[in-house]
Amino acid sequence: MKRTFTCIVCPNGCEIDAEYEGTNVLSVTGNLCPKGKAYVTQELIDPRRTIASSVRVLGGTMPLASVRLNRPVPKDRIFDVMAEIRRKTMKAPVRIGDVVIDNVLGLGSDVVITKNVEKERA
Amino acid sequence: MIKRQAVIVGGGPAGLAAALRMKENGIDDILILEREHLPGGILRQCIHDGFGLTRFEESLSGPEYAQRFIDRANEAGIECWTDCTVLDVSKDKVVTAVSKVHGFLQISAQAVLLTMGCRERTRGALATPGTRPSGVYTAGVAQAYINLQNIMVGKEVVILGSGDIGLIMARRLTLEGAHVKGVYEVQPYPNGLPRNIEQCLNDYHIPLHLSHTVIEIRGRERLSSVVVAACDEHFRPIPGTEEEIPCDTLILSVGLIPENELTLGAGIELDPRTRGAFVDENCQTAVPGIFAAGNVLHVHDLVDFVSLEAEALADSAARYLKEGGLTPCPLTVVAGSDVGHVIPQKVSGTKDFTLWLRVRRPLNGVSVVVRQGGRELLRKKMRKALPAEMIQLSIKAQKLTQDADVEVSVE
Repeated sequence: MKRTFTCIVCPNGCEIDAEYEGTNVLSVTGNLCPKGKAYVTQELIDPRRTIASSVRVLGGTMPLASVRLNRPVPKDRIFDVMAEIRRKTMKAPVRIGDVVIDNVLGLGSDVVITKNVEKERA
Repeated sequence: MIKRQAVIVGGGPAGLAAALRMKENGIDDILILEREHLPGGILRQCIHDGFGLTRFEESLSGPEYAQRFIDRANEAGIECWTDCTVLDVSKDKVVTAVSKVHGFLQISAQAVLLTMGCRERTRGALATPGTRPSGVYTAGVAQAYINLQNIMVGKEVVILGSGDIGLIMARRLTLEGAHVKGVYEVQPYPNGLPRNIEQCLNDYHIPLHLSHTVIEIRGRERLSSVVVAACDEHFRPIPGTEEEIPCDTLILSVGLIPENELTLGAGIELDPRTRGAFVDENCQTAVPGIFAAGNVLHVHDLVDFVSLEAEALADSAARYLKEGGLTPCPLTVVAGSDVGHVIPQKVSGTKDFTLWLRVRRPLNGVSVVVRQGGRELLRKKMRKALPAEMIQLSIKAQKLTQDADVEVSVE
């Protein structure tokens, strides 16, 4: 089988022509680095993505703190993870790196805060 | 009047990186003026990841990338006045501003660093016919509503333009439960980066319609539909291809414009290609001591390169302050065939410099060639060159002479 992939690992966005059988990559051309082949292999076996969103923060100087996954999750679980994130509310202050959900849905990835939100002064 | 060695207009990624590098170069008397309540600029609302891949070799969100610079600036004791809007920068480097805390301000600076970033093209610039209902937003405004203010903008969404922010917002809106019906791009090729087409549209099965545009906006109070049509090579709608698409939200991602009102006020001429100032290899404008870098100079794809450019600016500005001036740059850098724009537009011929350029249209199997007086200085082969991707070339001083202009072309 032949397919063209757009590598999303870095901003180069290499267009990779791949030949494969099942999940076995026979050849890749067009990638500027070895990560391209790894990406194609991963896409064939188990495509994964990270996502970013926000959680509600109570008592903070801002209503939201942004969050992201620290490791990619299977692509078809993205909306399940979004539902988990949406359920969460944090109390100010929150700091970059704070874990909002540890090992979300057992997928081996944590939802972490990516924005400092200070406590609102009374 | 307050006196400062360096005043930096704008506390976004360019301003923060420039301030830090000035400090490292031994310039202590620095003041950043920022009109928002917090520093960080546009990064504060760019919560997706992918920032910092070249600088930190990590995929950070915008706020995290900004915070690294803000933390370092705080540690270095760099002064940043927020809620402070600059009204005017004069030729003799007097900065006029207003601030909640400081009131009306006039600051006399030895060097002024322009790092105001860019803004979005709006519906007005497109002159799309139709009614004027609510529900029409630029992508960045929708991003601010959703990511900063916790306000969802709509449910049934059409996106006009395939700029990166529009693509990012297509994904963001989808994740938040909206139905993005499609992205329409008047050009025959996408405007955003290929990886964003992949991870923001293809991943979510959002169709991209090239050579299509919105020709009418309908709705009384709220947007009720848009009419789209296919376009010919002159961007004229093709009769018979019109289609009405019911929607309550139209997101515009139709280009970014460097924000240069202050630059013009200082009597600095703008390059019609970049819509930023003409600068030399030191990021210095035609007014000695006024410098520009980042999206105010030319719109970048990646913040990592904004930081890099601002640091190069800071090295030059620090040298300007210490030595009282910089080497004159009499040689012009000419944008030749298929080159959309090039930065810098002036060089000395005595110093290494970095050329930043964009191609005018998508090209395959081309070479970017830099020549001086017909002599080839550098040739870079490219399998594909896209307008969406800025190209960087390092030119070595030893290859340059001081007697002829430099020309960059794609062939």
